[in-house]
Amino acid sequence: MKKTLILSTALAGFAVAAQADVTVMSWGGAYGAAQTEGHLKPFTTATGIATVMVDSDNPATPIKAMVEANNVTIDVASLEYADAIRLCDEGVLEVIDPAILPAGSDGTPAMDDFLPGAVTECGVSTDIWATIYAYDTTKFTGEAPTTAADFFDTTKFPGKRGVRKGAKAVLEFALMADGVPAAEVYATLATPEGVDRAFAKLDTIKADIVWWEAGAQPPQLLADGEVVMSTAYNGRIFNAAVAEGKPFQIVWDGQIYENEMYAIPKGAPNKEEALQFIAYATSTEGLRQQAQWISYGPARKSSLLEPLIFNDGKTEMATHLPTNPANLTNALESGSEFWVDRDAELNERFNAWLATN
Amino acid sequence: MADAALLKTSDGRPLAEALVQAQARARRRAFFLVLPLLLFVIFSFILPIGQMLHRSVYNDGFSASAPQLGAWFAQNPASTPPDEAAFAALAADLATMQANRQAGEAGTRINYVIPETRSLFTRTARDAKNLTPPFEAALLAVDPKWGDPALWQAMRAASSAYTLDFYLVSADFQRNAEGNIERVDENRQIYIALFVKTFILSGIITVLCLLIAFPVAHLLATLPMAKANLLMILVLLPFWTSLLVRTTSWMAILQGEGVINDLMVWIGVLAEDGRLRMINNQTGTIIVMTHILLPFMILPLYSVMKVIPPSYARAARSLGATSWTTFRRIYLPQTLPGVAAGSLLVFILAVGYYITPALVGGADGQLISNLIDFHMDRSNWSMAAALSAMLLVGVLILYWLYDRLVGIDRLKLG
Repeated sequence: MKKTLILSTALAGFAVAAQADVTVMSWGGAYGAAQTEGHLKPFTTATGIATVMVDSDNPATPIKAMVEANNVTIDVASLEYADAIRLCDEGVLEVIDPAILPAGSDGTPAMDDFLPGAVTECGVSTDIWATIYAYDTTKFTGEAPTTAADFFDTTKFPGKRGVRKGAKAVLEFALMADGVPAAEVYATLATPEGVDRAFAKLDTIKADIVWWEAGAQPPQLLADGEVVMSTAYNGRIFNAAVAEGKPFQIVWDGQIYENEMYAIPKGAPNKEEALQFIAYATSTEGLRQQAQWISYGPARKSSLLEPLIFNDGKTEMATHLPTNPANLTNALESGSEFWVDRDAELNERFNAWLATN
Repeated sequence: MADAALLKTSDGRPLAEALVQAQARARRRAFFLVLPLLLFVIFSFILPIGQMLHRSVYNDGFSASAPQLGAWFAQNPASTPPDEAAFAALAADLATMQANRQAGEAGTRINYVIPETRSLFTRTARDAKNLTPPFEAALLAVDPKWGDPALWQAMRAASSAYTLDFYLVSADFQRNAEGNIERVDENRQIYIALFVKTFILSGIITVLCLLIAFPVAHLLATLPMAKANLLMILVLLPFWTSLLVRTTSWMAILQGEGVINDLMVWIGVLAEDGRLRMINNQTGTIIVMTHILLPFMILPLYSVMKVIPPSYARAARSLGATSWTTFRRIYLPQTLPGVAAGSLLVFILAVGYYITPALVGGADGQLISNLIDFHMDRSNWSMAAALSAMLLVGVLILYWLYDRLVGIDRLKLG
């Protein structure tokens, strides 16, 4: 009896050691759920390789710490575009050979199928997401806000505003609201006068701002009535509005969009399986599956050949995606190079600005 | 005949020697008993703090990947303008950085001092192996910024892994192009003001805790057992509840459409558009932290008050003292060890508090720990370590002051 027990324990131990789980670290909330449903579960069904989802406020931070400490437990991380480039430069990520990426469903070679910039040295795009602002429709019975400038107009639209606590996407949004055309935003922000101008614009509503940090907070702040409008990630508002029936309306004017990337930290325990996972998740079908759970645009042209339907079986996704032409009339692509260089400087200024009354 | 006078044990050894031996054995045994604790303290406390302090003055992000430039800086005094040899060393280092993927790290280190240099490094390194002499002209052709004296000053400063620059920044100072120390622009000064604010807010929270805890602890100590026990459970129950749960329930109570505001509007004390802002600002931080840290004040006070004999106060009253005099001259002085212990405990905990101000502090309720977190988030360990070290020094100074004023031997924690 005892012998069998020891034997079975030993065997179980072997089984655990031999099992190669792919551990994915992402942003939690509605987005993490979309990746779990759209990528992790179908991948396990298709290949038999088990997958685990781990949440983080921003996976870039723990990944870097793990690689520096030589103790990597994550196989795939979901990173912002600028972070994927920065960490790649710093040698924190594995280089991904684009040859592993499958061709599009219509036969287009992968590199032509992906939108420009969607595949970098160390990362492959999973979707294009945007920072937008949304308001509670029950709070504005008469005229409703439609432009970025309206967000800063507290006389016409009184009430508290939610804004992400950080310089990125906030300074650009302030400049666009101040009338700077999208094409000139980064050139303006590169000058000291431009930075002053952005902060001056933020000063006009500083007393009315409620700051948020995690992507799940803006829908909560809106639902609690703590704010009447808030900047947010578009997918979080979409899920609250469509899946949970909240009265939230997105304003696309002044949206700032960027690619979200899957990347592999250097020294990942299951690198081969991780590569397999990324190839699967960023295939035409993989990107479509994720987009059925959250309104972030697939980065492959072939993924949009057939209409995308939300998992409720009726909502057409096309008009809710940041890449929809109607949503792009006054839109800005987040400047990864700009933020890689100026993140420290502008956030320092931002923190100092925040702390003074 | 001195030997004969010595006392001996039954087996003939001198008693003193035997005693020393026996005591040494006991001491060894005692040492082995505390050894696990000692190791635990070394590994979990002394080593990490030492490592943190080391990090605050050590950053090899640039120096480790630029050995040739480092050698040039070592040979030439600080005032030398960069010559062809310097540019050649830079080009060679950039090529190795690219090969080892270190350009990002090196650029990040310089970027702390001069914005926009990170991409200068990564961009130039990408093609560095194709650069041909003369290197000065070649590098300036890639980007004229390579000729900037401020950049060379920053690289010289960073060519030594040991630096006090992170402490300079922590005190709102910087080095200019000539290497002299100057204040940073007013719109970027933050750390000193934030340290001051952290200590002031912690002070306010400590005083509030004391004011609330004193009567509660007194009640606890003087009520009959059955009632005191019930009261004690009321004090301990929140103490056992998760910090996050308590913080988020405060959010529900204090927010604009929260319990208190709704109630006040319903009663008619407040107008619908005059709702109080009690959260996402300093007020929120003070209210929630006072509640969370309250047990740390009540418990030491209670333990001291419990053992104060009531007969002293009775004696004072019988000798003609008023109740106020009795309190001031008899009761209060006896509670001082508890007051001191509770205040020290609450203050030190408040100074390093992180999660509560992050959740309910909004913009102006942030403490220095939130900025330490900010730098850790951005992998700027050295800056986070320097700020932590300054916080540590601040707390140690207060501890020293406390020892001089009250005396650490009077501390009574329970």
